Amino acid sequence: MLAFTLRRAVQAIGVMFAVGIIAFSMFRFAGDPINQIVSLDTPAAEREAVRKSLGLDDPVPVQFIRYFGDAAQFKFGVSYQFRQPVSALLMERLPATLELAICATVFAMVCGILMGVYSALRRDTVLAKLFQAVSLVGISLPTFLIGILLIYLFAVTLGWLPSFGRGEVVKLGWWTTGLLTLSGLKALIMPSITLGLFQMTLIMRLVRAEMLEVLRTDYIRFARARGLTTRAIHFGHALKNTLIPVITVAGLQFGSVIAFSIITETVFQWPGMGLLFVQAVQNVDIPIMAAYLLMVSLIFVTINLVVDILYTVVDPRLRATVGRAT
Amino acid sequence: MTEPILSVRNLQVEFASRRGTLRAIDGVSFDIAKGEVLGVVGESGAGKSVTGLAVIGLIDPPGRIAGGEIHLAGLRIDNLPPEEMRRIRGKRIGMIFQDPLTSLNPLYRVGDQIVETIRTHLNLSETAARRRAIDLLAEVGIPAPEKRIDGYPHEFSGGMRQRVVIALAICAEPELIIADEPTTALDVSVQAQIISLIKRLGRDHGTAVMLVTHDMGVIAETSDRVAVMYAGRVAEIGPVQDVVKNPLHPYAKGLMGAIPTLAGDDKRLMQIPGSMPRLSAIPRGCSFNPRCERAFDRCRVDRPEPLPRGTQSVACHLYDDVPAESAA
Repeated sequence: MLAFTLRRAVQAIGVMFAVGIIAFSMFRFAGDPINQIVSLDTPAAEREAVRKSLGLDDPVPVQFIRYFGDAAQFKFGVSYQFRQPVSALLMERLPATLELAICATVFAMVCGILMGVYSALRRDTVLAKLFQAVSLVGISLPTFLIGILLIYLFAVTLGWLPSFGRGEVVKLGWWTTGLLTLSGLKALIMPSITLGLFQMTLIMRLVRAEMLEVLRTDYIRFARARGLTTRAIHFGHALKNTLIPVITVAGLQFGSVIAFSIITETVFQWPGMGLLFVQAVQNVDIPIMAAYLLMVSLIFVTINLVVDILYTVVDPRLRATVGRAT
Repeated sequence: MTEPILSVRNLQVEFASRRGTLRAIDGVSFDIAKGEVLGVVGESGAGKSVTGLAVIGLIDPPGRIAGGEIHLAGLRIDNLPPEEMRRIRGKRIGMIFQDPLTSLNPLYRVGDQIVETIRTHLNLSETAARRRAIDLLAEVGIPAPEKRIDGYPHEFSGGMRQRVVIALAICAEPELIIADEPTTALDVSVQAQIISLIKRLGRDHGTAVMLVTHDMGVIAETSDRVAVMYAGRVAEIGPVQDVVKNPLHPYAKGLMGAIPTLAGDDKRLMQIPGSMPRLSAIPRGCSFNPRCERAFDRCRVDRPEPLPRGTQSVACHLYDDVPAESAA
């Protein structure tokens, strides 16, 4: 088990190294960074001085090792547009994005699993068919459109919820949270739904399909032949078997929730990393783009690692194979 | 004779399909006495398993029990409300399925599955149920049960898993066990062990057993009586040695003739021409008539009813008017 975790961790470091190469090469291929820093009429001698002070005249491998070493310590250089350390900018934005992503995922998991189980167990009811129809909408409508529709309905027409921003936030050390104020919570509702709707429909359809599959298996039939209560069969035996693929998908989707939050954050002007990234793209702010790339990959890789470990917790058969493989 | 544990009368099971209603079971009647093992044989699709599922009340839509009665020790059970039927399942009727590899939930320890079943039916504490589970595992012949109880199903071999399944089926001391092809998925050597286990449990606890299989060897070895099913009907039923030695129904004769023996290796095995009709195309009269060498006009028109003949009961027009003594 420990060996398995270690091996996965080494693989994760390999992936991060590869991403680091890509992030670093962005600096080389997106034009001369000096042009981004200095103004148009800066004399050539001054440009060279800046180049030297930033170490940009060193050989490429030296620069790469320096970049990677810095990145490993969460130092991503200075933003071209804000003239501030990128890590400070990211750290300032991280709580907003994480809070949004976690709320969206919780919303997607809770609603998705409940709706999926319901529509599998009562698949001929009107409500189950309604869920199926809604899930089709959720899968096909693009995120930004859902966001704008929600804003139109709940912010513009009904005026119940704010149309943009995070509301009032409370500082807890370096972390800022909107979960402790009423305006913060209200501001969180629409972006979470917008961001989580796609995942929710995905999880709902997955749970429904898996649950129907599991209910047909022999061990469920045998559980019924043993006279177990319907509740024990559905929520004890069937649901646990259903959740294995759901863990995978939900875990991997958490990564894409963070990645997709770019759109949601733009629609709702949510002060998170996604919005920062969009602004960075518009201004060719490569240190931020590269750092964002590294951050998102780190989150993805970490989640994958956690999902792999979670598998073995849920499924005893994997514990055995993992033990044998190591 | 005392009241039978299980009494099935004129059972009919139908499945609604797009091309109309299919009758999978059509007028099946039989009894099983306390401690008796009834073997049910027939080709695939003869309705053996469906009969077992009907008895335990697990016919799922689109299927339904369309007629007849099922009595368990005098209590009519075919029309009980679902919740009352659920309490009977596992407690008064135990069931063993064909494939032990897929009958157990892979995510739960076998002990948890047994304890859960025991506590569903018997009012026992967690520790008492666990002690009982260990005893059960020992009874079905699992070595070191106090250790194995915490194992997961994948840590057991096929034969051992079938023993766990049997332990689950008998954990509330049922009066009747329905074993649906309990040995089909197992090695031959393991088959014999499982069969003798089922036989021993039936004898020790006085449990009635309905043993569904297509293996005549298994039936001959274990059963007291045997019912030969064909196309949803009972063709012949009687004590196992009589039916094996002296089958009356032409179909039963064909089945017995198709059993290879160790001694008679010089003879070709008998074969019944053709195959069983599909449920949507069961012929008029006797459903076996297109394949029967001895069929005559009446067989194509009238459906034969089961009639007693000596110790056996047979549904065949050949025996309608022949005196019992001259039947060969």
